[in-house]
Amino acid sequence: MLAVIWLSFFDQEVVSFPPDGYTLRWYVNAWEKRQFARGFVNSLEVALIASGIGVTLGTAAAYALVRAEFPGKTALSALLLGPLAVPGVVLGTGLYVFFVQIDNAIDFQIVATLPGLIAAHVLLTIPWTVRLVAASLQGLQPAAEEAAANLGARPWTVFRRITLPMMRAGVVAGALFSFIQSFENLELTLLLTGPGRSTLPVEMLNYLEFRVDPTLAAVATVQILLIGALMLITDRFVSLSRVVS
Amino acid sequence: MTSLILENLRRTYGATVAVDRVNLEVAQGELVALLGPSGCGKTTTLRMVAGFVLPTDGRVLIGGADVTRAPPYGRDTGMVFQGYALFPHMTVADNVGFGLEMRRVPRAERERKVAEALRLVQLDGLAERRPMQLSGGQQQRVALARALVVNPTVFLLDEPLSNLDARLRAEVRVEIRALQQRLGLTTLFVTHDQEEALTMADRLVVMDRGRVRQTGTPEELYERPADLFVAGFLGRCSILRGAVETPGVFRAGGLALPCAGGTPGEHSALVVRPERVGIAANGGTPPDGAIPGRVAMVTYLGGLTDWHVQTDAGEILVTRPTPDGDDPLRRLAPGDAVTLDWNASAGRLLPDE
Repeated sequence: MLAVIWLSFFDQEVVSFPPDGYTLRWYVNAWEKRQFARGFVNSLEVALIASGIGVTLGTAAAYALVRAEFPGKTALSALLLGPLAVPGVVLGTGLYVFFVQIDNAIDFQIVATLPGLIAAHVLLTIPWTVRLVAASLQGLQPAAEEAAANLGARPWTVFRRITLPMMRAGVVAGALFSFIQSFENLELTLLLTGPGRSTLPVEMLNYLEFRVDPTLAAVATVQILLIGALMLITDRFVSLSRVVS
Repeated sequence: MTSLILENLRRTYGATVAVDRVNLEVAQGELVALLGPSGCGKTTTLRMVAGFVLPTDGRVLIGGADVTRAPPYGRDTGMVFQGYALFPHMTVADNVGFGLEMRRVPRAERERKVAEALRLVQLDGLAERRPMQLSGGQQQRVALARALVVNPTVFLLDEPLSNLDARLRAEVRVEIRALQQRLGLTTLFVTHDQEEALTMADRLVVMDRGRVRQTGTPEELYERPADLFVAGFLGRCSILRGAVETPGVFRAGGLALPCAGGTPGEHSALVVRPERVGIAANGGTPPDGAIPGRVAMVTYLGGLTDWHVQTDAGEILVTRPTPDGDDPLRRLAPGDAVTLDWNASAGRLLPDE
């Protein structure tokens, strides 16, 4: 990671050691290449919507998995965590074929549309939320929820006023990891994205096909800084290390 | 008036019977303790009253209304949980005010009542703290205030003292009892600590394996236990096995022991409380009818001293205020010969189990 940041300041097109000198021109170049800005906005849009949906569904699922007893619980758990175990390319190909078949069946385009891409990304985000929220829920005694019910709170009020705030750390961490997962995903996106809505990682790959200069390192550096900042801000609200470890 | 009635309450989990046909009536203002070893069904019974566990069979009536199937939020109970179960993300004041908020009490009145409740448990001034910033004893008081402030028909306490250290426990025990009596709270109290139950409760219900063994005042249960389980669970005692020879004489291991009445062959266990047993060092001739034995162990408890005495009938525990001066008991050591005696009325006959 440090190497990438270092590279982004090298003053030469083909990377070699030691560097000829240092420059900021790759950052200027990255800024001037509008596809990166466009990709960034697309990535942001997809990641925000996908992690929003993923966190909502994932939180509900985690709650059910930890607190409720029902048949097929283990199977559901495995299913929800599944996308983590399947390689992105395999998942992407599978979804592509699946989407095409739906397209044909109901005569409505999903492949290469924004909703289709978002739906695929939701799949990526759910395992993270389920894992992190379930972990934070497991550490909580149901007694506080019972106390609230005893004091006259109905189930929904108990969830909103007691359970949700108590598992806030898990939800926030889940949202953060979901966002990062979606934002930097390449394999799935590559197979499912449509013309004109490439995300940042896809744009970077496209660029790489024609040029090998430190511009990509510059873009990557900006990304690293953004995600780092996001983690620091989140950590101010909830202690991430506590949730993740 | 009866505030709480449990009728034939029963709860099974598969083939396991957790609570088996429990009947209980708790009068207005009365404190009843459910006492028993872990797994005896006392907590399950309490949770059925609170509505967290649905009975398999039987009924729960609170203030005359049948609430057997009512959800927890539809019952007028105030519960103090074992681990307090405070809401960690809320201030002390918000914790205490939660029940009032759920009852849609207007803000001004709510604030007044919360302040009053906090004063009652001597926590005024800590209203804006978070539970994590309080000591165990203070958290305990918040839990008390939170349950009290809604003025419940039935007050439920689930081992509320088990997380406190011994000194604090004795203190809080007295405080809870005083508060309960002052406010006239109908209370059901779950504990496994017999001392807690004896000192706090108006009546005790001793449970074992889901069943009620005996219900009565602390004195009734201690002085006249219905069976060996109750005798052994509540306070200390020596249990000697044998048979009644003639009314007033119990034969065990060749010794004739004094007992309260009895018909020959009817009972086969004699129960004696340690503080009812007289002990004498063998200086002169043992008095008539005294039981010979040898000291097996001496335990110094500060104000009291225990002597474990081995006799032909079995080991008998004796406890006395620790002797001082030139009392010959002071010099008793393991192996020394002693004689024991007790009044016939102190020897209680119970069916052997």
